Amino acid sequence: MSTDILERPPQQRAAPLHTRLKVVDCDIHPTAASADELLPFLSERWRDYMKTYGGFYRQPLSDTLSHPRMAPDVARADAWPPGGKPPGSDLAFMQTQHLDANNIEHGMLMPLNRGPGNQRNLEFGAALAGAVNDWQLAHWVDRDTRLHASIVVTQEHPPFAIAEIEKRAGDRRFSQIMLPPKSLEPQGRRRYWPIYEAAVAHNLPLALHVGGINGYPATASGWPSYYIEEQHTNVQGMQSLITSMVIEGVFEQFPTLKVVLVEGGVAWVPALKWRMDKHWKRLKSEAPHLKRPPSEYIHDHIWLTTQPLDEPDADMDLAEAFEQVGVDRVMFSTDYPHWDGDEPSFVVGKLKIGEEKLRRILRDNARELYGFK
Amino acid sequence: MTLAAPDTLARSGASSGAASPRTSVFGSPAIDCDLHIAVPSIKALMPYLDAYWRQQFVTRGIDRLSWNLTSDPPGAPISGRPDWRPATGKPGTSLPLLREKALDGFGVELAIANCIYGGAALHSEDMASVVCSAMNDWIAKEWLDAEPRLRASIVVPMNNPELAAQEIERCASDNRFAQVSMLVAQGEPLGKRRHWPIYAAAEKHGLPVCLHAGSLYHHPMTTNGYGSYFLEDYVAQAFAFESAVLSLVSEGVFAKYPALKIVFAESGVTWLPAALWRFNKTWRGVRAEIPWVKRPPMDIVRDNIRLTLQPFDEPDGAGRLERFCEQMKSDRMVLFSSDFPHWHYEGTDALPISPKSGLARRILYDNPRETFPRLGLRELAR
Amino acid sequence: MSRQRHVVAAIDEVGPGTSKRVNVAGRDIALFNVGGEFFALANKCPHESGPLCQGKIIGLAVADEPGKYRIERDGEFVKCSWHGWEFDIRTGQSWCDPATVRVRAYDTAVENGETLVRGPYVAETFPVAIEQNYVVVEI
Repeated sequence: MSTDILERPPQQRAAPLHTRLKVVDCDIHPTAASADELLPFLSERWRDYMKTYGGFYRQPLSDTLSHPRMAPDVARADAWPPGGKPPGSDLAFMQTQHLDANNIEHGMLMPLNRGPGNQRNLEFGAALAGAVNDWQLAHWVDRDTRLHASIVVTQEHPPFAIAEIEKRAGDRRFSQIMLPPKSLEPQGRRRYWPIYEAAVAHNLPLALHVGGINGYPATASGWPSYYIEEQHTNVQGMQSLITSMVIEGVFEQFPTLKVVLVEGGVAWVPALKWRMDKHWKRLKSEAPHLKRPPSEYIHDHIWLTTQPLDEPDADMDLAEAFEQVGVDRVMFSTDYPHWDGDEPSFVVGKLKIGEEKLRRILRDNARELYGFK
Repeated sequence: MTLAAPDTLARSGASSGAASPRTSVFGSPAIDCDLHIAVPSIKALMPYLDAYWRQQFVTRGIDRLSWNLTSDPPGAPISGRPDWRPATGKPGTSLPLLREKALDGFGVELAIANCIYGGAALHSEDMASVVCSAMNDWIAKEWLDAEPRLRASIVVPMNNPELAAQEIERCASDNRFAQVSMLVAQGEPLGKRRHWPIYAAAEKHGLPVCLHAGSLYHHPMTTNGYGSYFLEDYVAQAFAFESAVLSLVSEGVFAKYPALKIVFAESGVTWLPAALWRFNKTWRGVRAEIPWVKRPPMDIVRDNIRLTLQPFDEPDGAGRLERFCEQMKSDRMVLFSSDFPHWHYEGTDALPISPKSGLARRILYDNPRETFPRLGLRELAR
Repeated sequence: MSRQRHVVAAIDEVGPGTSKRVNVAGRDIALFNVGGEFFALANKCPHESGPLCQGKIIGLAVADEPGKYRIERDGEFVKCSWHGWEFDIRTGQSWCDPATVRVRAYDTAVENGETLVRGPYVAETFPVAIEQNYVVVEI
């Protein structure tokens, strides 16, 4: 009877590597227990502004996304801490349920609080970014040294972003710069280059976590009806981002820039490489600043995170896709506490590429990128 | 995977009346499912307009405009292979060249022409509609009457699905129109119910609906706005096709019109399996949002979506076409296309697999015959 | 035949439309009450091992055509607490892939205390009252 096979957890099918190995999780979402939790980190002016006006976005609904999610707070149902606080807001609970249980050595914080980078009021966006950064330290990093903060910035006015980067760059508690992949122009456009210059100057990777609000529809044919479509546009958003940064010449200009794409998945990358290379060959006279095939820039500059792990029917298809991407460029992530996350046991069971390569993905690639020992 | 089954179709020789189909340069019969003919200028369409619109076009100077599409710039290298460009005028405007290079050059039995033109992109729904009608009449007279191996796509005003459906009804009696054609990037997602009159009319007449690379530019090609280079937009066409898959399946187009075939033209092909792994995965968890989708999306796509071969996005000789068929568990989805006069390869090197393989035979001939039922119709109504 | 019957809960501990996590002979089991009938499933989704006992108990969303929504068999499915896969509480079969993806289902019965005292049941540490009814899971 098939039941017995299916009931068996993945770790019994493969070597239980994750139980022997400390893991780096490149996508953990800390949540404020309430909006008030950020207020102490804002000046009086912006406290008043936030209480009076809230956020101000390029979308119809003022306090939530316009495609309702499929789970309360986008969270797995077992991630609600006792006492009714929202998922991801209670460090002790996160430690028990995730950091300790999954043997997490380093966890990269991806705070999504109110999207500082997508605030239409740029000064508020900058103030909010600063507050989120202070809050990450006070509530998380200073209370658990496994956790690493990301420098949240408001990218639409690069001087504000650069000021925030300069302020935090010397603080080793921050490991990267976080930008929303939904910006007002494609990320390769020159308006954003000063931010990349600052990132390179301070040797900080850029992390772009799916999501954001920029007013443009999620597809080239406008807004889709359903969440299942809108969620998938996270993939096209990442594809667009890579296409733009590569073809506009960002990596020619900044040859040491490193970019981490968080929660975009992995398996779509090979076909994008093939497509970009093929059509670059024919159209290279339009972009003579590109000295190499696009796929080479992608491999040298782009890191990907595993979650949501692609699930072809045949596991060998997944392994093949990872090999085509390059297993030196993929890093493990859970997306804790969100509903569509992956635990290390699942990735170890599903990704049949051998223990040596799995070790790179679960730990070593991230250690190297972020300079963790 | 089902490997090339014996061809069970009747060998009527399509409309040629021949006992058996012509043998192509690949050694077996072939049908070209995407080549391009182009409107040389608006002046060519003037005889097909009524008095009101002729007066409008002349008094407004519209007859002096090019109406080339931003997504299809005639001068770009990709738009016209050097040996496939006419001495003067836009690529795709010369019937003798099309005969020599595409029809004779590949030795195809039949070829389905797409005419991608800015007239269909006009914001004025009425003007777009009369231009589409004029194009369809011009295609029938100037191309189909002149070349019996040619078939064509019905061009429709995409901004007004009711008018588009009327145009399908008007043209459907001419069996030389083998499909309906639209651009993949439109004002609203392709699966939205506003488009359904088009699908209803198409299904009724056995016409697949071709979504061709290109944009009406109601929105930028990416969700981050406008990039600097045409190359970016061209790469992003595949993302628009990916969105079309999500929209067509999620909105229930194939639940409502199960016999409808959607043909992706110039989509790139190789991105599809990974997109469907993701779609299948998400569907398993959130399918209650779209309960009319009762099977994994990949199964629906396998039954209802077809893709033309060129441009085929892979490194040379990487074997991706075979892997595509294995991953999709189907060898029925890909349709041979030369994409004449676009420049993706040299000579007749349009087939990324051995022409001797059973898969080649399927792609060259059997799949087109199964996808376009009207190709087998010998009665040509006028 | 080494299957044994384990007393796992008094029936009023698991009200209609609710679930309870129980441990039976070292196994993590989610016990469900569907309109007074009791069902036991392994508390582990076959996909990524999410706990089913914390999943929402739901009806099956169906549609005969696009836009026509309705619920069938309300309360007879559980939605995994992580990725939302739906399982038939009665059989453990998944909705998305019933042929190959299912969660282990165990036989259950309701017995009264008087019967239980006569055995044979494994209930070493389970206080049983004669006048109460109990859920029994066979493993």
